[in-house]
Amino acid sequence: MPDTGRIPLSEVQYLTLPDPLPLDCGERLETVRVAYETWGELNADKSNAILVCHALTGDQFAGSENVVTGRPAWWPRMIGPGKPIDTDRFYVIATNVLGGCMGTTGPASIGPDGKPWGTHFPVITISDMVRAQRAFIDALGIDTLFSVMGGSMGGMQALEWAVQSPERVFTAVPIATAARHSAQNIAFYEVGRQAIMADPDWCDGHYLAEGRRPGRGLAIARMAAHITYVSESALKRKFDRGLQDRDQASFSFDADFQVESYLRYQGHSFVDRFDGNSYLYVTRAMDYFDLAGRYDGRLAEAFRGTPVRFCLFSFSSDWHYPPQASREITRALAAAGAEVSYLEIESDKGHDAFLLEEPIYEKALAGFLSASADRRGI
Amino acid sequence: MAETQSIRADHLAIATRVPEGARVLDVGCGNGDLLALLQSEKHVNARGLELSAADAGVALARGLSVIQGDADSDLGVFPDNGFDVAILSKAIQQMRRPVFVLQELARIAPEMIVSFRNFGLWQRRISLMTSGRMPGHRAWHDEGALHPSTARDMIELSTELGLEVVAMAPMHRNRVGGFRDAGLSRLNWGADEVILHLRRT
Repeated sequence: MPDTGRIPLSEVQYLTLPDPLPLDCGERLETVRVAYETWGELNADKSNAILVCHALTGDQFAGSENVVTGRPAWWPRMIGPGKPIDTDRFYVIATNVLGGCMGTTGPASIGPDGKPWGTHFPVITISDMVRAQRAFIDALGIDTLFSVMGGSMGGMQALEWAVQSPERVFTAVPIATAARHSAQNIAFYEVGRQAIMADPDWCDGHYLAEGRRPGRGLAIARMAAHITYVSESALKRKFDRGLQDRDQASFSFDADFQVESYLRYQGHSFVDRFDGNSYLYVTRAMDYFDLAGRYDGRLAEAFRGTPVRFCLFSFSSDWHYPPQASREITRALAAAGAEVSYLEIESDKGHDAFLLEEPIYEKALAGFLSASADRRGI
Repeated sequence: MAETQSIRADHLAIATRVPEGARVLDVGCGNGDLLALLQSEKHVNARGLELSAADAGVALARGLSVIQGDADSDLGVFPDNGFDVAILSKAIQQMRRPVFVLQELARIAPEMIVSFRNFGLWQRRISLMTSGRMPGHRAWHDEGALHPSTARDMIELSTELGLEVVAMAPMHRNRVGGFRDAGLSRLNWGADEVILHLRRT
């Protein structure tokens, strides 16, 4: 990671897991460090903890400014005193995922040979990420989480938690997510990975040892993915065919159109805060995600007899993880007899709507958490 | 909040037909008034389906489990026999596919409680005869009662679908007349609204 921020990455809050971490690929990581942030107070019987899981390019700074990059919290509308995830009532925890690049062990960390792991880092899965989180929660001495929640890849982790450890999760809130990556999801992320790996500065994955970074490839990966995070109507509303600081087309390959300039900015600013190899590993983990795969393709079997109370949200214009994907999870949960609520929020903001102002969504989430907390006696 | 509102008479009447501790699905549950009543009075395992995300959100805040969706297309999320009782309160005439919806209810639960506006009410018959216009509060082309029916129509349909009419109750000016199992002609002539208790045979 470049040193763009106010304090170095080594200064964020860490916990080193007491034991090695076994991985789905068959290997194991001897040492895993988990970078995390918390807000609010853990109550005496440790029953009010909420684990907030971040999306692909998110980090543990869900509820407060990122001390490394200076970027604002990514979920400020949701987390805080009196907000839906009320820090006066709940103890909110967010960790950087395994394979991430905001302090948790990942491909940019120093490996056993004293050099950055690079592509020698083992390939990880969503299930591995959750296993690391559970070891982290164990280390905090918390038995049952009041809630596990997150949007996009964070929603996959919430689902995975509920399947792996249903007895340790009181409620799960998967938002704008899917129980499996579709062929289209895999295809878009493959474009991103190929862009990174085609960058000469990628150096077969060992660019950190060479003092280089695959910035151009990573920027293109971000640009391609970003298109899937916004809806056609939002792009039209924001940019349409508007020209960027000019009255007519330049007959060149400059960023004539506002939408080009916007995407270039998205790609460029991303490079300053994200690691190229992390992008490869984390997108791969999402591609491998298929909850029903372990149950002969029958998703309901994954949830059979679950005591977890679920509340799912999707957004009508999300074409990255469309409402249909959430509805399939809802159907499986209903078939399994689970207590499930599901809201499809009417929005033209696309996948990113889960991070943005959507009053019905915010109110419903607040209501669900509050009523569940009443039931839990928090 | 909704808790302080007075309880609707049809809700109280429906509650008398729901067994203690039953698994209940309320299709078109709105903000969850009926489910909340059934939960507190009958200790049911309550679930709802509601088209409006805002109403479903209110029901969530009352601790109810609600799925936002359209009865015409989303009842498929519920498993066969997933419930003991399925309730469709004042909604069947607004469905695009009322037959399909009734069949779906019968798939989901062995018992159904269906309430609807009775277009057989004598004032409505006279209104049509004298004014030459369709009876109702709204224009015939408005959204609302897409499939106006009488109590007799609904009972015939239920029988065709192999459903037994366990009991029926008339409702007039927000007062429920009590369930009885005979007197369809009188009911069809005199009831503003009708509550049917149906059973899969």
